[in-house]
This record gives sequence, C-alpha cells and structure tokens, in this order.
Amino acid sequence: MEWYLPVIWAGLIGTAVAMYVILDGFDLGVGILFPFARKERERDQMMASVAPFWDGNETWLILGGGGLWVAFPQAYAVIMPALYLPVIVMLLALVFRGVAFEFRTVSRSKAWLNFAFSAGSALAAFAQGVILGGLIQGIKVSDGAYAGGPLDWATPFAIICGLAMIFGYGLLGATWLTLKTEGPVAERARGQAKFLLLGVLAFMAAVSLWTPYAEPRIYTRWFSLPNFYFLWPVPLVTALVAFALWRWIDQKREVLPFLAVIALFLLGYLGLVISDFPYLVPPSLTVWQTAAAPASQIFMLLGTLVLLPMILGYIAFVYWLFRGKVREGESYH
Amino acid sequence: MAFDPVLLARLQFAFTVTFHIIFPSFTIGLSAYIATLGVMWVRSGEERYHHLMRFWTRIFAVSFAMGVVSGLVLSYQFGTNWSRFSLVVGNVVGPLIGYEVLTAFFLEATFLGVLLFGFNRVPPWLYVLSGAIVAVGTAMSAFWILSANSWMQSPAGYELKDSIAYPTDWLAVIFNPTFPYRFAHMLNAAYLTTGFVVLAVGARYLIAGRHIEEGRTMLRMAIGLTAVLAPLQLVIGDQHGLDTLKYQPIKIAAIEAHWDGAKPGDFHIFAWPDEKTETNRFALSIPNGSSLILTHRLHGLFQGLKSVPPADRPPVPIVFFAFRIMLALGFLMIGAALFGAFLWWRGTLFETRWYLRIMAHTWWIGFVAVIAGWVTTESGRQPWIVEKILRTADATSPVIGASIFVTLVLFVLAYGVVFSFGIYYINRLIDRGPEGPSAPRRPLAGAPITAAHGSGGHGELVQRG
Repeated sequence: MEWYLPVIWAGLIGTAVAMYVILDGFDLGVGILFPFARKERERDQMMASVAPFWDGNETWLILGGGGLWVAFPQAYAVIMPALYLPVIVMLLALVFRGVAFEFRTVSRSKAWLNFAFSAGSALAAFAQGVILGGLIQGIKVSDGAYAGGPLDWATPFAIICGLAMIFGYGLLGATWLTLKTEGPVAERARGQAKFLLLGVLAFMAAVSLWTPYAEPRIYTRWFSLPNFYFLWPVPLVTALVAFALWRWIDQKREVLPFLAVIALFLLGYLGLVISDFPYLVPPSLTVWQTAAAPASQIFMLLGTLVLLPMILGYIAFVYWLFRGKVREGESYH
Repeated sequence: MAFDPVLLARLQFAFTVTFHIIFPSFTIGLSAYIATLGVMWVRSGEERYHHLMRFWTRIFAVSFAMGVVSGLVLSYQFGTNWSRFSLVVGNVVGPLIGYEVLTAFFLEATFLGVLLFGFNRVPPWLYVLSGAIVAVGTAMSAFWILSANSWMQSPAGYELKDSIAYPTDWLAVIFNPTFPYRFAHMLNAAYLTTGFVVLAVGARYLIAGRHIEEGRTMLRMAIGLTAVLAPLQLVIGDQHGLDTLKYQPIKIAAIEAHWDGAKPGDFHIFAWPDEKTETNRFALSIPNGSSLILTHRLHGLFQGLKSVPPADRPPVPIVFFAFRIMLALGFLMIGAALFGAFLWWRGTLFETRWYLRIMAHTWWIGFVAVIAGWVTTESGRQPWIVEKILRTADATSPVIGASIFVTLVLFVLAYGVVFSFGIYYINRLIDRGPEGPSAPRRPLAGAPITAAHGSGGHGELVQRG
C-alpha cells in the first residue's frame, strides 16, 4: 500500500476539522455569549452576524465525520461507538441550536428559542471538547473494535477539555462580534474576549502539562532529543500570539484579534498533532492501520482535489459578499 | 434490564431516518419551485412571482434547517450505531457519501445564505442564480444518497476479501442496477410532494379569499406539474418494480404476499399475510393480477416467499401494507391532479369550492407516500442491511442496549419538540401569506392590535377583489 495516501488523507481530514473548529467555532461562540446580551435588539444583531454562514460552517462537521468514514473506516468504526454518548449529545445540541436560527425569525416569543440557541451552542461545544479529550486520553481497542464501556470517556480530563472548548469557542465568538458588530455588542465582546483569553490560556497550560504527565509516549515525543530542539518554539509562539491578542483587544483593533484567536487555535491543534501523530485512535491504531482501500482513497482524493478549491472559492465569495458590519434590518429574510 | 441492542439500533435509525426524509422530500421540490419562480420573475418582471419566491423561501429556510440538522445526525449514526456496517462496506459506500458532501452539501448550505440574506446585497440575477444552485445542490444530494442506498439493495462493482467489500469498478458501483429507477422514483416523488403542498396552500388562500392572485398562480403551477408527474410516477414505479423483481425477488414476493412460486400470483387488494402458516387470511384479490403486472402474462410465474427459509424473509406484513398505502396514495394523487386539470380545462378550477376544500387539506399526501415507499423498500431488504453481503443483525456497534435506549428516548423527545414547532411555524408563515405592496406585512397575530387587524385583512381583500 502506498504509504503516503493515508498521510495525505490525514492532512485533508485534519484540515476539514480545523476549518470546522474555526468556522463553526465562531458561530457556536456567538451562541455561548448570547445570554450576556441585554436587549432583544442586541441578540438580533448577534444572530444576524452569523446567520448567513452557520449552515455552511456546520457542513465541515459532516465532511470531518464523513471524511473519517471514507478515508479511515476502521477509525470511524472504533471512535463513534467509544464516544457514543458525547457524540449523540453533541448532535442533539446542534439540532436545537440549528433550528433556533430559523424558528426565531418566525416566533413571537423569543425566550425559549434564545435558550435553545445558547444552551445548544454551549452543550455542543462542551461535547466536542469531551470528544477531543476522550480521543486524547486513548480508546480501548481489541480485534479492531471498541472494547470499552459506555462511560469510559467520562474522566476529569475530558470534562476539563469540554470546559476549555466552551471558553475557546466563546473567545472566537467574542472576537467575531468585535469584527462584525458595532455599539454595545462590540464593546461588551471586547471585555468578554479578555476574560475568555485568560481562561483559554489556563486551559491550554493545563492540557499541555497534563498530557505529557499522563502519557509517557507524549512526554517522549516532546522532551526527548532532538525533538525538543524543534518543538520548543510552539509554546513560545503561543505565548507571543496571546500577548499580541491582548494588546490588539486593548487597541480596539477589529480584524487582528479574530486572526490571532485563529492562530491560537491552530497552534493548540498543532500541539495535539505533534503529540499524537501517527495515531488516529491513540494509543493503538495509526493512520495506516485504519486506512480505507487505496482504490477508495484515490477515488475520493481525485474528486477532493477538484472540488475542495471550488468549495473554498465560493465560500470565500459569500464571506466577501457579507463583508463589513451587520447592517440594520438584515436580521430578517 | 434486557435491552436488545439490534432491535433498539434499528428502531433508532428507523425513527431518525424517517424524520429526516420528510424534509428532503419537501426541500428538493421546493428549491426547484423557488428557482422556477425566480426565473419567471426575472423574465416577466411580474411582482407576484417575486412575492411568491420570497414567501416560499422563508418556508424553505425553516424546512431546510430541520433537514440539515437531522441529516447531520444520520452521517454520524453510521458510526455510532452501525460500526460493523461502516467497516464492511465503508470502502464502497463511504466515498458516495463523501461526494454528496463535496458536490451538494457545501453548495446548498453556502448559496442558501445568499438566497436568504443576500437580497439587498446582490443583483437580481445572482439572487435567482443562488436559488437555482440550491435546487441543483438538493438534486445532486439525492443522486448520491440514492446511489449509496441502491448499492445496498443491488451491490455491484465490488469484491469481497475477508468479508470486507472492496471497490473494483466505480461506475458500476455508482450506477448499480437499481439506482436509475430509484433515483427517478425519489426525485419525482419529491417534486410531487411539493406540488401537492403548493396546491394545498393555493387552495387554502382561494377558500379564505386572501392573496387571490398568488393563490391562482400557485394552483395553476401545481396542477400543471402534478397532472404530468403523478401519472409519470406510476410508469416509473412499474419499471422500478420490474427491476426489483430481477435483483430482489424476495422483496417483491413480500410486497405481493406471494408465498408459493409454483402458482401464478394474485394481486391482493387486502389480505392479512400470516407468516406462521405461510398463507394470506381475509384475502380480497384480483386473480393472477400480480403475474400480469410482473411478468406481463396471465399465468407467468415469479419467485415466492417459500423459496427461502423464514430467516431469509423480510417482515411480510410491514412490506405488504406499506406498499399498499403508497400505491393507494399514488392513485389518489393521480386522480386529484387529473381532476384538477379537467376543472382547469373547463374553466371552473377557481370556483369549484368542494375540490379546493379537499385539496387544501391534502398537503400531507406526498409525505406519507414517500415514507410508505421507503418503509417498503428498506423493510423489504431485510434481513440484509446490504443485500447478500451483510445482515442487519451483524452490522451493529459494540454499544450496550441501555445507551441506545437512552439516546432513542432523547431523539424521540427532541424531534417531537422540533417537529411540532417546525410545523407550527411553517403554518404561521403560510397564514401570514406572501407579502406584496398591496398586502403590507401584517402585524403578528396575537399582537395587541389583532382585533383591529382582522377587519384590516378583509379590507385588503375588498381592495384586491
């Protein structure tokens, strides 16, 4: 089997997941910050800032899950049963927050839908963090199938990852709001961004210390020589980005804070990749062991190489179309 | 507690997939209708087409959101509940789903944003083009999902190694033997379903004496469409049946409750198929009817249920009755559409109130027919999840019954709430009606000025009449 095909696919699915985390992350984050808005008009403004995009953003989650199935069926068939409950809770949470977008424009009483939107967003974020944590801490596999119980994922570490995700998406959402809105909403978001940034840094530090401590293989990966020579800049750059982000929020910059948060996410993501590659299902299954038949990976790769640039093109076009601040009255279609 | 994980997983999937198919059945057709209205608006410049386009786009948005979120659930359930299935046929079915995401989902979701929110930001042609792109996207989605499903019914272009399926010929996989019929049947069903919803809404407005111009337009368009597509569906369905007889003869035997293949088959209008005695009770039958339909000969023979052991047969009563519900609704649709066309030809369509009254209440007919049809084909494939490759009972995940039970309850509760509210809000949008310059947007019902507004509504009617 060509050794590089699974690596290309790991890269593609990694990209899809990163796209999902960043794009749906900011609209989930807006949902997480929803309860802190004071007036219905402000909530309308917040919703309008993400309404044209959320649907496309969520499609990356289907690509991530579907892509995992296409390219690594063995991993898909182990991870989904192992993380059964958090996955289904995440899906149900996304159901409620997704329909809230459309129902809210029709409904007379908004209170319940506001709750569905914010609670759904927060719960989905939490569940995604738990899924990530469950994956990092490892999954029990025997004979190529999940061999653990229904609640194996429920550890303090996974819960911490869940909370970290709420803070992380909240931070993305806050900087998105400073970019896309004006007035009290943007002003409040700036304050929230600073608070959330401190939380995110604390969680990042906790996860970065905990994982090498709990998993010897991750410790070896980071701290053995010569790896350490190449890897020490990762935490350093993270700290610099965080510092710049704080300054830019103070300076009321609009675009830079959002980009800085994206950079923070990508750095954290890079850290995870460094810790776990080539394992797709740590600590036992690698990208090669779980790969689909080469014929399937090639067939899908050809289409992806043509279609993905087109998709990125028209998504960029739509973001460009809805550029600038949310305009008055755009909340209704 | 003894939870049967296989039964629970099947119940859960049956529930979530049935809930999901309601929305694509509507949005595939509705997006095409919206695009048609847009093209007519741009070409004729008539505002009523524009009003109707905006009106149906709002309803589309609510339905599409429910379709998206319930579809997202399905794409993960393959793994959570059916991990053995994902593993055994993932090499073949996975890429079909992958192509659905890449060619359809992104297209629909992204351009829906332009259609819903871009009206003030883009020129009319781009706005209408976005509608057309969404319509094409929904049809592409149907293409891939029907291809994947048909492959599970009539697998082709693959080989088995260590009981895992590997693709050998992608064209044979995608265009597997039952796919063209299924795709045509489902796409046509989606357009029909939407046709009857539009027909019902138009009829509702005419009876209420509101939005007369838009109501008449909807009625004409819907009857023009359904009068062609409803009879066409009978032809497609017949061809689909003949094709199924070739590839899944036992499914056809269950549909016809045909036990003994040594005798010609009667067509049972009603019967109670008794799986224990392998006979039909209370049968009301057309002698040799099934033989005539399936073999085009009065004494033609086709395979009976007894030719395979009971363990290899689908649940006969479910398949039998679901098919008859679909068929009966199909004939009702043909009758209703052709009668509407007759009234139109006579010039009395808008005045025949009893017809409008009935049609105003039959918006559900396509949905029920679609669900009955899917129940027929999916139950008829049992006990196989992938015909002759993998049994449903061997396809589940290593997940305990209690987990599946808890999440099943959560799905039923969540979908129950979402569905009730969705129907309620769609109904409210229909009640509010298309907004035109002569029909300024009405304050929401229940607002303090409702009482005064009731007469305002009539005033508008007088103005328009």
